[in-house]
Amino acid sequence: MFLYGLQRLAVFVATLLFASLIVFAVMNILPGNAAETMLGATATPEAVAALAHKLGLDQPFYLRYLQWIGGALRGDLGVSYAYGSPIGPLIASSLAVSGPLAIMAMALAAVLALAAGVYAADRRGRMGDALVMGASQVGLAVPNFWLAILLVIVFAVTFRLAPAGGFPGWGDPLRAIGALILPAVSLGVVQASILTRVTRSSLIEALNEDFMRTARAKGVSRRRALWRHALPNALVPILTIMGLQFANLIAGAIVVENVFVLPGLGRLMLQSISNRDTLVVENAVMLTAVMVIGLNFIVDLVCAAIDPRLRTQGA
Amino acid sequence: MSLSRGSLSLWLGIALTGALIAMAILSYGWTPYSPAAIDIPHKFASPSAAHWFGTDNLGRDVASRIISGARISILVGVVAVGIGLIFGVVLGLVASFWGGLVEDAAMKLSDFIFAFPALLSAIMLTSTYGPGVLNAIIAIGVYNIPVIAKITRATSNGVLAREYALAARAAGRGPFAIAFDHVLPNIAPALIVQATIQFAIAILAEAALSYLGLGAQPPQASWGRMLAEAQAVLYNKPSLAIYPGVAIAVSVLGLNLLGDGLRDALDPKLRGRR
Amino acid sequence: MSALIEVSDLSIDVATPLGHERIVSRAGFAIEEGEALGVVGESGSGKTMTALAVMGLLPEGARVGGSIRFEGRELIGLSENEMLALRGDRIAMIFQEPMTALNPLLRVGEQVGEPLVLHRGLSRAAAFAEAVKLLGHVRLADPERAARSYPFGLSGGERQRAMIAMAIGCSPRLIIADEPTTALDVTVQARILDLIDGLRRESRMALLLVSHDLAVIAGRCDRVIVMYAGLIMESGPVGSVLNAPRNPYTRALLGARPSPGAPRGARLKTIPGGPSRRRDAAGCPFAGRCELTLDVCRTTPPPEVAFGAQMSRCHRARELGQAA
Repeated sequence: MFLYGLQRLAVFVATLLFASLIVFAVMNILPGNAAETMLGATATPEAVAALAHKLGLDQPFYLRYLQWIGGALRGDLGVSYAYGSPIGPLIASSLAVSGPLAIMAMALAAVLALAAGVYAADRRGRMGDALVMGASQVGLAVPNFWLAILLVIVFAVTFRLAPAGGFPGWGDPLRAIGALILPAVSLGVVQASILTRVTRSSLIEALNEDFMRTARAKGVSRRRALWRHALPNALVPILTIMGLQFANLIAGAIVVENVFVLPGLGRLMLQSISNRDTLVVENAVMLTAVMVIGLNFIVDLVCAAIDPRLRTQGA
Repeated sequence: MSLSRGSLSLWLGIALTGALIAMAILSYGWTPYSPAAIDIPHKFASPSAAHWFGTDNLGRDVASRIISGARISILVGVVAVGIGLIFGVVLGLVASFWGGLVEDAAMKLSDFIFAFPALLSAIMLTSTYGPGVLNAIIAIGVYNIPVIAKITRATSNGVLAREYALAARAAGRGPFAIAFDHVLPNIAPALIVQATIQFAIAILAEAALSYLGLGAQPPQASWGRMLAEAQAVLYNKPSLAIYPGVAIAVSVLGLNLLGDGLRDALDPKLRGRR
Repeated sequence: MSALIEVSDLSIDVATPLGHERIVSRAGFAIEEGEALGVVGESGSGKTMTALAVMGLLPEGARVGGSIRFEGRELIGLSENEMLALRGDRIAMIFQEPMTALNPLLRVGEQVGEPLVLHRGLSRAAAFAEAVKLLGHVRLADPERAARSYPFGLSGGERQRAMIAMAIGCSPRLIIADEPTTALDVTVQARILDLIDGLRRESRMALLLVSHDLAVIAGRCDRVIVMYAGLIMESGPVGSVLNAPRNPYTRALLGARPSPGAPRGARLKTIPGGPSRRRDAAGCPFAGRCELTLDVCRTTPPPEVAFGAQMSRCHRARELGQAA
């Protein structure tokens, strides 16, 4: 297990580096571009060149890349052009909103999907199964930001139960979580729909395996057989999909944050786009990539902990 | 029971998707009003015979905007899926035929693209090159490539391992011939199913991007933009937020059902146990 | 003294997309304590279903008729909870595919010990320790290592031994073995069968051995029943049935075995045709494929004809008796 973990760690780091290279490349294909974008189309060539030199944009590509990586490792991500303040704290404070939001949404989705998936697999082919499948089909089709708007209409506009948006800060934890509930639900429903289907099909497959028959022959009850024997065997595909879906969750959060005016990573990115603050966008995107790749790394480790067969195979 | 459910999916999917396409085509010929026609005195009108879904904050007829919004959805869907299919198939075939390091590299690249959802790539692109439908399409299209590439590669590997491919090679047929004659017919069903799913995803992604202001720009009518505009006047007329959302949801639902139905119809063995 | 298990007039219907299909009809047999009964037949003869019926593990929607009395108690109609108490404790079952019959995610020792946790209330740790002993009992080299291993770390033969250990943990009165050696190498088969034999004699366990392989049955069972298309065609002491069969199907089965002394190039004797799909057809299911078929065989169900301890279900049973 330890060796496997090391192996995966190496792959993790390599993937991160590769990701950083891609992000940097895409956003810096033409060196003068960033300065041009910042100053707008009406700027004179001299002004653009001056800004480019000031931002160090006329230096060779690999040098700028290494400076970026080096700075990031030291915690120095540069300075925001729009706000004039260091990027690090900006990103950190936005993460304090987006991180918990993502976790809440994923947790909600996981719990919902587990319950619904097990229920559907248990009642396969019957009415309960059809209902769950139908509901998940609808849940998949609904855009998460539309669901968010609908929730705002119902809970904020009509019933005035929850805030329509904004984030009070973590100083008041209860209100902070309250502000994240509707966003988390909007994000979670779509995820839950996908995960429910995966849980159901994965569990059905596990229930059909031979070892289930062996378990029943030993006197294991249906209930215990499902939870103790079938479900662990169904988990690996479910977790893997959860990991893959995380990227989509983050992407969805960007939009949902907009609906609820949450000062998270998404809003930071969008504002920076309109402010033409490319450096911030770059770092924010990279952070997102780190989160996604990091989560998948953790999922890999958890899967290997569950299923001993995964540890013996190669990377 | 699964038989009837499968065909129910298929027919419902065909119906809904057909309606979507019909709307898009119709919008080129006729809409009740021009989608961009502003009529401030009649803003926020309730649904009536004159305006089936009422009017928005600028007095524009909502129904017309919904109908012409279908255009963008179809456009983005077709092009993005097309990009995914073309590049994905090529990548998959190259990976499979070349094998070895090329195959590994191609698959790693594919896995990697998965870490960047369409929205994120679109954000990167639009921040560098400016907003617009084209950037949105490229971002979504690129995101579609990995899945297609994987399916293509897997099927291709399976086909190449079979005897008739070996026989063809022995007979001197080149890789192109083998690809066309043997591999493509085998992946066609899976790709068709995948294409419908990706179409649905593309519609959702385009809607999100337009909602954020990064996709279709005015005066192009897009369901995502309509939602953004509706949100601005949420306290005045909440019902405006309903129509575009329903349009998106129904379109996506139709495509998903179509995909499920096709999957059952084209090759029940593909699905295995339901 | 009544037998350990008495099955009479057993019928099993399974649910198919087109309605219920009868796959076992009017089956009847008994096993005494410590006795070994073999059930032999082609695939689809209903032998596995019969075994599953005793365990109460038939697939969803299956219907059972008749009677299965175990230790004097009627099993058909028992609640699931009551059956749970019996399974793994008084009646245990070993399956065909050791590769897939074990949970790949749990250690072997845990799985072997699970019946003890369920039926004897042992703690997991105590059950694990017992499992190590059981694994030693089934003659696994290094039982400690085996117990701590996961199933994929053991060979096919080792896995089957583990399955056997799992079955005998609570000292069941009856062990049902469904093709226990079919998936194993020939060299391993004999050893596994010897193991089952030995364990059985040790604790006077009864054995219901299901197999399509006559050789497996011949050496290890006291009595045998021959099934075809859900019907018991012949039953009796294994020596009599195999040496002096009174049923054309049994004879055909015996004749179909390759014999070492036959001349090279000699064709294998086969039974022409395939198993009858239509079980509800009147008459004997073997009619048509049987070389002794008469008209009456197609119209009237064959009667049970007894020859002492042997029974044959055939219209022409008495004639066969002469010919032997």
